[in-house]
Amino acid sequence: MSTAAEEVKEAVKPKEPLFSKKNRKLITNPLDGDNPITVQVLGICSALAITVKVKPAFVMSVSVLAVMALANVIVSLMRNLIPSRIRIIVQLVVIASLVIIVDQVLKAFMYDVSKQLSVFVGLIITNCIIMGRLEAFALGNGPWKSFLDGVGNAFGYAWILIAVAFFRELLGAGTLWGYPVFEKLGLYELGYENNGMMILPPMALITVGIIIWVQRSKNRSLIETN
Amino acid sequence: MDVNKNSYTFMFATIMVVVVAAILSFLAIKLKPFQASNVRLEKMQNIIYTIGVRDAEDPTSPISRDQAEEMYNKYIAEELVVNTKGEIQEGVEAFAVDMAKELKKPMDQRNWPLYVAEKDGETYYILPLRGKGLWGPIWGYISIEDDLNTIFGASFDHKSETPGLGAEISTSEFSNQFEGKEILEDEDFVSVAVVKGEASGDHEVDGISGGTITSVGVSDMLQECIGAYMAYFNKLDSKESSNPTQALSQEQEMEPASSEMAETKLDTVNAE
Repeated sequence: MSTAAEEVKEAVKPKEPLFSKKNRKLITNPLDGDNPITVQVLGICSALAITVKVKPAFVMSVSVLAVMALANVIVSLMRNLIPSRIRIIVQLVVIASLVIIVDQVLKAFMYDVSKQLSVFVGLIITNCIIMGRLEAFALGNGPWKSFLDGVGNAFGYAWILIAVAFFRELLGAGTLWGYPVFEKLGLYELGYENNGMMILPPMALITVGIIIWVQRSKNRSLIETN
Repeated sequence: MDVNKNSYTFMFATIMVVVVAAILSFLAIKLKPFQASNVRLEKMQNIIYTIGVRDAEDPTSPISRDQAEEMYNKYIAEELVVNTKGEIQEGVEAFAVDMAKELKKPMDQRNWPLYVAEKDGETYYILPLRGKGLWGPIWGYISIEDDLNTIFGASFDHKSETPGLGAEISTSEFSNQFEGKEILEDEDFVSVAVVKGEASGDHEVDGISGGTITSVGVSDMLQECIGAYMAYFNKLDSKESSNPTQALSQEQEMEPASSEMAETKLDTVNAE
């Protein structure tokens, strides 16, 4: 579950000069304090749908990363040309075209990955995090900053997705990335049984809820006061 | 330039639509051959998967795409198309038959492809399957031994079943259950059912918990698609039993006779 966060740190360090403190925040904020799923509560739909297993969750995360970063850059480049009345449509067209391109290219050259993704590709279009970032960030900022913002939010999305999928696959199917962990540990011989509930969508919501709870009890500034 | 003028908005929208359409259609045309080749090789992979031609290191995966065509040509001895009455249809290429289209036709006009495989002296009949899952089509291939009763192997796939639930039909854990199951009960076709809970007997396999609708879809698909070949199989069968030494029996233990039978069967098929 921490792999996504570690990857970010590794990616950030060697490029330090390019990243001003403000730019770095664009990547680190969405990981915790401004997380798209647990704080902004966006993209819940896909988080519920594809977190049954770690592998699809990972592939989905990578696809969202690609689409989000590219869409942010493209919209940011066009930001002064887009008529404000049809900007939502323009954003949708950009996202949808990117998703179709990704899908077609995968089908032609990485057929197995494309089969893994299957329906999730379509789900990327409906992911409100992407449109949310285009609307809230890319329309008002330059391409480099928008790129960082896209990457940061994609990682924020990714680590929650993979964390949820980790628990659901482990407890629901006893496997991780398809590898039968519990079987190798011999837990079934001790009378352990997989929790079928974990595979069903409600448990994704509950798992996300637990992550939100843990996060807010550690970071009290996130707790809303009415 | 005022980007909020009506004329500008219309112009922007028009240009955007044309540019995007051009990019996407160009890409689609350029990538089509690659995609078609992938689909074709995958079909070959799945067909020979059912007769046990699989990845050397991991027998749960199909053979690699690069080898698929070569192996397919090696093991598939014959491709035929039969109709529901059991007559062989001439002039139709079995591999090109689109099951989705066939299933929309009225029952008596459907073309059913049949792949006859020969491996290690045994003959296998591989039937394509297609049916409905929860969210979209499901399909697969099933190979039947030359007693025209025992299932030798199966593979299933789906378009958009739920991962972890219905999508599990494409795993080898699910498809392996079909090995050794029988489609006939006292010479009558009964198919193999996917049941909830514990499967028992030769005509049942375990369903997927949480994937009930997909499991039912698999049952229906087997019933319909295998059933369509029964007329043809009965014809083959009656030709067999007219040969006094080779009456077909329900027993699986008929190894000594089977290779001999395989040859005879192939002859009858060729003769048609």
